[in-house]
Amino acid sequence: MDAMLSLSHVSFSYHTLGGETLALRDISFSVGFGEFAAIVGPSGCGKSTLLSLICGLIQPESGAITMAGKPTAAGSPGIGYMLQRDHLFEWRTVYDNVLLGLEIQKKLTAENRRRVEQMLETYGLSAFAGMKPSALSGGMKQRAALIRTLALDPELLLLDEPFSALDYQTRLEVADDIGMIIRREGKTAILVTHDLSEAISMADRVIVLSKRPGQVKSIIPVSFPDEYDTPLKKRNAEQFSHYFNLIWKELKQYG
Amino acid sequence: MDKISAAQQKFLQDRNFHHKKILLLRCLLLILLLAAWEIASRTGLINSFIFSSPSRIVLTAWQMIADGSLWLHLGVTLGETLISFLAVTLFGLMAAILLWLFPSVSEVLEPYLVMLNSLPKSALAPLLIVWLGNNVRTVIVAAVSVAVFGSIITLHTGFREIDGDKVKLIYSLGGSKKDVMFKVIVPGSIPMIISNMKVNVGLCLVGVIIGEFLSAKAGLGYLIIYSSQTFRMDWMLMSIVILCLLSTVLYQGIRILEKKFG
Repeated sequence: MDAMLSLSHVSFSYHTLGGETLALRDISFSVGFGEFAAIVGPSGCGKSTLLSLICGLIQPESGAITMAGKPTAAGSPGIGYMLQRDHLFEWRTVYDNVLLGLEIQKKLTAENRRRVEQMLETYGLSAFAGMKPSALSGGMKQRAALIRTLALDPELLLLDEPFSALDYQTRLEVADDIGMIIRREGKTAILVTHDLSEAISMADRVIVLSKRPGQVKSIIPVSFPDEYDTPLKKRNAEQFSHYFNLIWKELKQYG
Repeated sequence: MDKISAAQQKFLQDRNFHHKKILLLRCLLLILLLAAWEIASRTGLINSFIFSSPSRIVLTAWQMIADGSLWLHLGVTLGETLISFLAVTLFGLMAAILLWLFPSVSEVLEPYLVMLNSLPKSALAPLLIVWLGNNVRTVIVAAVSVAVFGSIITLHTGFREIDGDKVKLIYSLGGSKKDVMFKVIVPGSIPMIISNMKVNVGLCLVGVIIGEFLSAKAGLGYLIIYSSQTFRMDWMLMSIVILCLLSTVLYQGIRILEKKFG
């Protein structure tokens, strides 16, 4: 696979008056076009920092991050970032919320609006477009947040534990939902999570980070027979527990 | 609508009864106080020349309504309060926005703002008279000075407490600092801005009255000072009663705004 995104020898430290904390050390990996990668690791291993770096919100202290050969920068049109919570604004309707990115980038064309309306329709939110976000369920909010991200038509999606604020049942459903949407829209995605099952059921490859300072400990390709085509179904495949134990051991060993 | 169960009906009735009871007791308390005041002053228990009485206050108000002077004083005080309130709201908001946009400036100015905020503004009033003269302008500047520094500090602190992830969201969508300001910080702070307006309207009234005490030719504050100098306690107490009503009306005005936008 061609590399769409590649990180080479990326390191990053946080500076406070109390001293310097190395958060990530010598991270190198690449993600191919259309691939779904998951990054797992213990809490505090710098997973979210890694996404902020890829997104260009912060700059690495050393090493390089390139997307299709070019360095990434904040708000690069090619990158969509989905945060832990939906952060839909209560002072806007659902429709105005999903248009936020287009509004900021001044791309509110009739064509883009139509595309967004189409997505709202496809993903079952068009009846709620005129409502305030508080009228939506947790899962619907997360779907709306994904549409807000997809509205800018990013090639690469960064998902920062996007399901962690949901209750368990909703979480499974939404992960299923979002996983399918991302596959259907043909996006490349990087999911950060501390939930191994989530990583295995959604990703093509799982990147295991060590505890702080985060280092890539192993990269495990995940594949299931064709009949297990959704995250929920994959959880029932016999390979699932195999991958689970494998990654669990990796985490234990280096944790 | 669904049929209401007996228990729910009873709950609603109890609530309704409770509200009526509270309202009734509030009215009774007022009537009791007014009656006690009136009786005490008529029976000579208190000196009605010094303590006035509800009936004398009503009579005074009636006379002043008849000759139009009450409207003049009320209008002047109300006008000055509204102008200074508007100035505080706009200036406070603009200053807080600028401080948020330029963090270094806000760091430099912080100790000065804190000092100005804790300075008793009544100390400035005589200075303002010398600088600006014995006129309405002094009253308005005095009122603005009472409220504006606290307003800037409150709004700026509120702006900084906005969820960092919401800010991150805007940046991740390619937004600028200006986008963060006008798409997240300001709209997300509307409830805080309105509750700050509630404080400001009260403080402006305080400032206007201080200003009118010292430099005015009309207004309720002027009326209070004038009646104290000429020992017309009916005028003075009437002015105070009207101030009570005025401050309530202004406060409720902002509450209506709050219900609409808050």
